[in-house]
Amino acid sequence: MRFKGKVWKFKDDVNTDEIIPARYLNTIDPKELGSHCMEDIDKDFSKKISKGDIIIAGKNFGCGSSREHAQISIKGAGISCVIAESFARIFLRNAINMGLPILEIKDISGIKEGDYLEVDLNSGSIMNLTEHKEYKAKLLPKFIQEIIKSGGLLKWIKRRKVKNAN
Amino acid sequence: MYKVHKISGLRGKCVSIGYLMAYTITEKILLAHTDKKSIAPGEFIYAKIDLALGNDITAPIAIQEFEAAGAKKVFDRRKIALVPDHFTPAKDKKSAEQAKILANFAKKHRIINYFEVGRMGVEHALLPEIGLVGPGDLIIGADSHTCTYGALGAFSTGIGSTDLAAGFITGCVWLKVPETIKFAYSGKLKPWVGGKDLILYTIGDIGVDGALYMAMEFQGEAIRALSMDDRFSMCNMAIEAGGKSGIIEPDEITFKYIRSVVRPSASLGITFGHRPSSVIRKNIARLKSDEGARYYKVIEYDVSKIEPQVSAPHLPSNSGPVSKFKKINIDQSVIGSCTNGRISDLRIAAGILKGKKVNSKVRLIVIPATQKIYSQAIKEGLADIFLNAGGVFSTPSCGPCLGGHLGILASGEKAIASTNRNFRGRMGHPDSEVYLSNPAVAAASAIKGRIAHPEEVI
Repeated sequence: MRFKGKVWKFKDDVNTDEIIPARYLNTIDPKELGSHCMEDIDKDFSKKISKGDIIIAGKNFGCGSSREHAQISIKGAGISCVIAESFARIFLRNAINMGLPILEIKDISGIKEGDYLEVDLNSGSIMNLTEHKEYKAKLLPKFIQEIIKSGGLLKWIKRRKVKNAN
Repeated sequence: MYKVHKISGLRGKCVSIGYLMAYTITEKILLAHTDKKSIAPGEFIYAKIDLALGNDITAPIAIQEFEAAGAKKVFDRRKIALVPDHFTPAKDKKSAEQAKILANFAKKHRIINYFEVGRMGVEHALLPEIGLVGPGDLIIGADSHTCTYGALGAFSTGIGSTDLAAGFITGCVWLKVPETIKFAYSGKLKPWVGGKDLILYTIGDIGVDGALYMAMEFQGEAIRALSMDDRFSMCNMAIEAGGKSGIIEPDEITFKYIRSVVRPSASLGITFGHRPSSVIRKNIARLKSDEGARYYKVIEYDVSKIEPQVSAPHLPSNSGPVSKFKKINIDQSVIGSCTNGRISDLRIAAGILKGKKVNSKVRLIVIPATQKIYSQAIKEGLADIFLNAGGVFSTPSCGPCLGGHLGILASGEKAIASTNRNFRGRMGHPDSEVYLSNPAVAAASAIKGRIAHPEEVI
């Protein structure tokens, strides 16, 4: 899978209350959740972005709650993938299980807001088209790659079940 | 040297495991829930679960995914707990619809452990109280504070709704075996210092990602001296350091607690929590980290130097001694939540507020975590103390902790809260602020109208 999009840059420790505030957790509608994405950091974020844009963040992205509304909201807003220096563990699980593409790179300081990136999920290559510089994302463990390739956790379970029955 | 250990991880079922290595308590519990012969940090496992928990925010997504996957049956209707606690009693129409999804699913699949308003409580206070979780269990919950049950010597961790849906179907969860950091606490606690202060101090030391992906094992004489309620507070906040789980080796205090928890009433159809004490006692004897177990890191603290802690906005890691914050005026004080809404927390707060008045500029909101605690607080006269002081005393709910309802902050307002998170906008307006503390500091601050040490009002 390949994506091309504009960079929206965030700090360290972006938490799930910032990604989608709890006042909107009384719904699971992707459109509605998407329209409030990152609202408490940037009120107009969901209006400013275009489909396919990319979130870049520092370390510990998605810390806090276990709410999958965070992933639903990011996807619902039209973001194609999230690149960070590290992810909080429940956010990481949920992204893998739900098929929200995420990539980890060591240092984001060379990527600026507004840069255009081309991301190749299979090879982990991140090309900064504005700066003509390539970054290599950390490869995910095989087990996790299997879940992602299956199309998420529930599809992985189904495949596993069929495999075990044979 | 080939040792054979028997761990009774699953309820009543003994699993025989032979192994060469020395294990931490977390590794032992995880191993007991797989078919594997050995286990090591970093390894991916597919483990059996003893309980899968969902609430009114996370379970609706799980149920939707369960149905979308075409699943017809849950893996075990006794091993699922559904607790509508976040926005209940339903705060608006949408929340009511969410809660209804849980009620309908529970009815359809004859889920025994569904807790309706009037019988429910904040999930992480409720489940231990009714004996649904115990030492050696493997528990997953679609709520980040599921790590609370580690206080009983269980492996319990927060997961998402998709994991929960998968758990409902298969009774299993994928996990990466975590590295363990050992936190050893020595010395005697100062007055007004408890489990909450130890964990705020620890998070302040290691940071909000200081234990990322790891198990936090709390050990030492100061931990052995803590009550169960204080241990719950500590393990509850492991996630605030990025931890996968928090755990305390079970001991006589754990055992006494397990024996005392309410035997689920037959009239409610809940019998799952009942386990013979012999099984529990056996569990407790074996649920310890081996000598020579491998730790990622060992961190030692002398607790005799620790003051009551306050965490300033907007991260739990911004902690420091209460004396540093005495100039901060507050508009609201919240005592409650899965961190500090238990009976001992309310007793401490009432002890401070007895015969005193809440500052005229402050709203005091006390929310007992469960129906049992609510009723106990009324019986003991604690509710009267809060009301006479000029506070409110609410029915159990997560309430304002996550900015749901029952005490949302306006712009520019400041609150002190015995809760677990102080992220920007957590309790309401994005320009409001939350300071975290123990219940004694929250109560003293309500009287003073500014952040205060309990000694200032006693």
